[in-house]
Amino acid sequence: MSTLSVSTPKSTSQAKVEEKRGLSTAAKRRLPLLPALIFVVAVTQLPFLLTVFYSFQSWNLVRPGSRHFVGLQNYVDVFSDTTFLVALLNTVVLTVVCVFVALLLGLGLAILLDRKFLGRGVVRTLLITPFLILPAAGALLWKTTVFDPTYGLLHFVFGTDVDWLSEFPLAAVMAQIVWQWTPFMMLLILAGLQSQAKDVLEAANVDGAGRWRTFVSITLPHLSRFLQLATLLGAIYIVNSFDAIFLMTQGGPGTASTNLPYYIYQRAFEGFDVGQSSAMGVIVVILTMIVATFALRLMFRTFSVSGGIK
Amino acid sequence: MTTVAPRKRQYGKGSLTVATWIIAILFVFPLLWMILTAFKQEADAYTDPPKLFFTPTFEQLGNVLGGGFLPYLSNSAFVTIVSTLLVLLFGIPAAYALSLAPVKGTSNALGFFLSTKMLPIVAAIIPLYVISQNTELLDTVWALVILYTSMNLPLAIWMMRSFFLEVPHEMIEAGRIDGANLPTLLRKIIMPVVAPGIAATALICVIFSWTEFFYAVNLTAARAGTVPVFLVGFITSEGLYWAQLSAAALLASLPVMIVGWIAQNHLVRGLSMGAVK
Amino acid sequence: MRKLLTLFAATSLLATGCAGAGSLGTGSSTLVIAIVSNPQMKDAIALAPEFEKATGIGLKFVSLPENQARAKITASTATEGGEFDVVMISNYEAPQWAANGWLENLEPHMAATPGYDEGDFIPSIKTSLSYQNQMYAVPFYGESSFLAYRKDLFDKAGITMPAKPTWQQIADYAAKLDDKANGVAGICLRGKPGWGESLAPFTTVANTFGAQWFDQGWNAKLTSPEFTEAAKFYVNLIREHGEVGASSAGFSECGTRYTQGNAAMWYDATVMAGTNEDPASSKIVGKSGYAPAPVVKTQASGWLYTWALGIPKVAKDKDAAWKFMAWMTDKAYVQKVGQTYGWNRVPPGVRQSTYAIPEYADAAKAYAKPTLDGIADANQQKVMASPVPYPGIQFVGIPEFQDLGTRVSQQLSAAIAGRESVEDALKQSQDYAQTVGDSYKAVQ
Repeated sequence: MSTLSVSTPKSTSQAKVEEKRGLSTAAKRRLPLLPALIFVVAVTQLPFLLTVFYSFQSWNLVRPGSRHFVGLQNYVDVFSDTTFLVALLNTVVLTVVCVFVALLLGLGLAILLDRKFLGRGVVRTLLITPFLILPAAGALLWKTTVFDPTYGLLHFVFGTDVDWLSEFPLAAVMAQIVWQWTPFMMLLILAGLQSQAKDVLEAANVDGAGRWRTFVSITLPHLSRFLQLATLLGAIYIVNSFDAIFLMTQGGPGTASTNLPYYIYQRAFEGFDVGQSSAMGVIVVILTMIVATFALRLMFRTFSVSGGIK
Repeated sequence: MTTVAPRKRQYGKGSLTVATWIIAILFVFPLLWMILTAFKQEADAYTDPPKLFFTPTFEQLGNVLGGGFLPYLSNSAFVTIVSTLLVLLFGIPAAYALSLAPVKGTSNALGFFLSTKMLPIVAAIIPLYVISQNTELLDTVWALVILYTSMNLPLAIWMMRSFFLEVPHEMIEAGRIDGANLPTLLRKIIMPVVAPGIAATALICVIFSWTEFFYAVNLTAARAGTVPVFLVGFITSEGLYWAQLSAAALLASLPVMIVGWIAQNHLVRGLSMGAVK
Repeated sequence: MRKLLTLFAATSLLATGCAGAGSLGTGSSTLVIAIVSNPQMKDAIALAPEFEKATGIGLKFVSLPENQARAKITASTATEGGEFDVVMISNYEAPQWAANGWLENLEPHMAATPGYDEGDFIPSIKTSLSYQNQMYAVPFYGESSFLAYRKDLFDKAGITMPAKPTWQQIADYAAKLDDKANGVAGICLRGKPGWGESLAPFTTVANTFGAQWFDQGWNAKLTSPEFTEAAKFYVNLIREHGEVGASSAGFSECGTRYTQGNAAMWYDATVMAGTNEDPASSKIVGKSGYAPAPVVKTQASGWLYTWALGIPKVAKDKDAAWKFMAWMTDKAYVQKVGQTYGWNRVPPGVRQSTYAIPEYADAAKAYAKPTLDGIADANQQKVMASPVPYPGIQFVGIPEFQDLGTRVSQQLSAAIAGRESVEDALKQSQDYAQTVGDSYKAVQ
């Protein structure tokens, strides 16, 4: 993942020079990193290794004495399971659409908020709130208050009896997820907007650049780092979306809105099949890593070509 | 700033403000409706068309508070505050090291941190349950503190690193030339620039810790339950529940809303600080 | 920033004080009880302080909705985690877990408790919680299924409900009473995926049409003519005269529709009567009649389900746990609830003596007898056309059924939503079921 390195050429060569001088400097530089690194390694790797271990076993929690080693059989079963492939497709669609839409909305809202106006603090708190409430509460809220065919707001506004959750299950779930994650995108992008150097903006204004020109040539490149960050982090969280599907559609009708986390949940907590659910978890990690690597390479190339301040 | 057609600009600003307000209200409309429903009787919550005017009652809120809400609240507060402090404690140095003092292996470390978030919680929960059983950490607040800290560290490090990278090189060089050592450099030059970013990061960590549900419901029982566990248990499996749910969700979100409001001021202050040279 | 840090530090110290008390170990005289958050259980939690005062045993409840509670209790019991002293399970788990050796045999405890009167339990309920004729869980409340109907709407349309309706008759009535223009569905039936959601009423319909999940040789029978006929009937009835949003409607959603006046009939659990007749949430109090579960080829058709309490084998203080369970399931508790909260909130369907209490008989006169009859008739001989190799009426009492049932119910909900034909749904379901059946064939 060398694409993640954002150090300017100057400091890299500087580092190389210092490394030649002796390990101590490099070690000193690594020191602040160590507490976090050690902590995360200790807490996350043990469960992960245990998950991998379980993935090589056939173990049904409610059939005692059923636990035995089966090698890669679980992985073979998972890949030949059509429902898994449906869940995979749904996960990809869900993640791509939700991240994209939430990013656009978040960008729009952040731009609207990046100026002084009356009641700005109130508006900002209001806009964050969908992100603050428990995801479970948000999912139930949308299921009952918005989508209910008889008592919901959509029924009230449009007057139709459309059963949104059965006719457009994936779209309904996506709407809820976008609503919940837009504030996250907005917060990140707003922080990025606020860290723009004011004098550069003023200089552009004095030079006669219009708002649109300033936005495209100065703000957007500056924001690129934050947009990338928002996309990356948002994607990782949204891939794991669970509450909306669990509470709104139970993955249905059929398997129309089943995504990978929900399917794993079914394997683990209804099937109590520890082996298969662990294997699926490991597969998700590998797939996400592959996608993340490619996505990062693609994003990095796009944005470095356009130049910009950094 | 030249004052070109001030009146025109004021109108422009005014209508933009109004538009912003309208968009904000539309966006959070389901939530506003939820707040309204928190004060309804269950029968008033299920009407077609939805009721805007009704006799309000505090019954639902009273039920929530009287239903043993407070121990869960204090558990959540403890877990959230301690884990966020730990995240900042470990994360700020790490973010600094990965941005302003990079070495070989920086990108590997960053990639590693990100990869820890790729395993779906659902798949890891049974291994975690087994581990918690064996380390006697099952149903303790410390299990949650440890898990939430490791859950939020990757996010915090990635976010804060972005803000550290915003600090203009010239400022740091100027400080170094002036003879400042690392702590002074951090305090006087870097911190003011990254403070709003850190505030945003802390806020997001608080939100994720406060609303985390899966670990909480599976790894706690009678003692260490947090607010999300309470909320879910409060919703009855049978019968009408919208008004109750709204009241419980409102009370559960209130503490974080207050924190968010306080954090706003730091985010706002950053606007004027960012230009300080 | 410094001020904020100070505030954080102060608050966390304060919170430590509060939370610290919570992480002290539970003393030997405190019980941890895992319970499902249904209304009847919530009443028990509210009355629990009386027990604590009388016995000095402290109680801590972990109360969750059915899905989460079941997952948590199962994981804990199967891995012998030992967090709970008392667990709430149903007649689905009890026989299986007793066979696995996960539960304490309760016969000696009951024998040592004079006046407990386990003979008072309705026989079908007692059997459903037993293994080798010994009870391993004691029932808290029980239910069967029956049909609620709006007497006023029936009168207006000039229809009389027969004493023992058939499904064909019900379908006809639903067609007559279906009033989409005014938002009143002919009938409300569950369509929500879940082995305990749509599959419960659906399996009883399949049973009475003469179908079965597995025959005696563990061959899956989901594509048999009887099963297909039953599935087509259920799906078509919902699609033509059922409620809007059927494919995601479970007990809660149907309950809402019926009590708010948006359905003329509702076939579901007998406990629905409590909510239907509760003025605080129902708009149609006193307007419902209750008919037995409709039949086709069998004598009766109601299901059997009970929420019960058991003691995990690894629990530390079994005597104290039994004391609590006895308190929550004996005759005195019924009286307490009746007098404190009203007779409509008494846990129904477990003790025959409850139905002899005059105040209860009076308050619940609309539904008490149909409930009792439904539960009494809920045995495989009466509700099924031919014998099956598994326990359970509306479920197949094997561990794989939670998963299998949910998958099949997802197919069913797709058919109800019109995304799939009934035949395709059944074909896919047959595949799932046969895989499970094969693993049992091998063992035979």
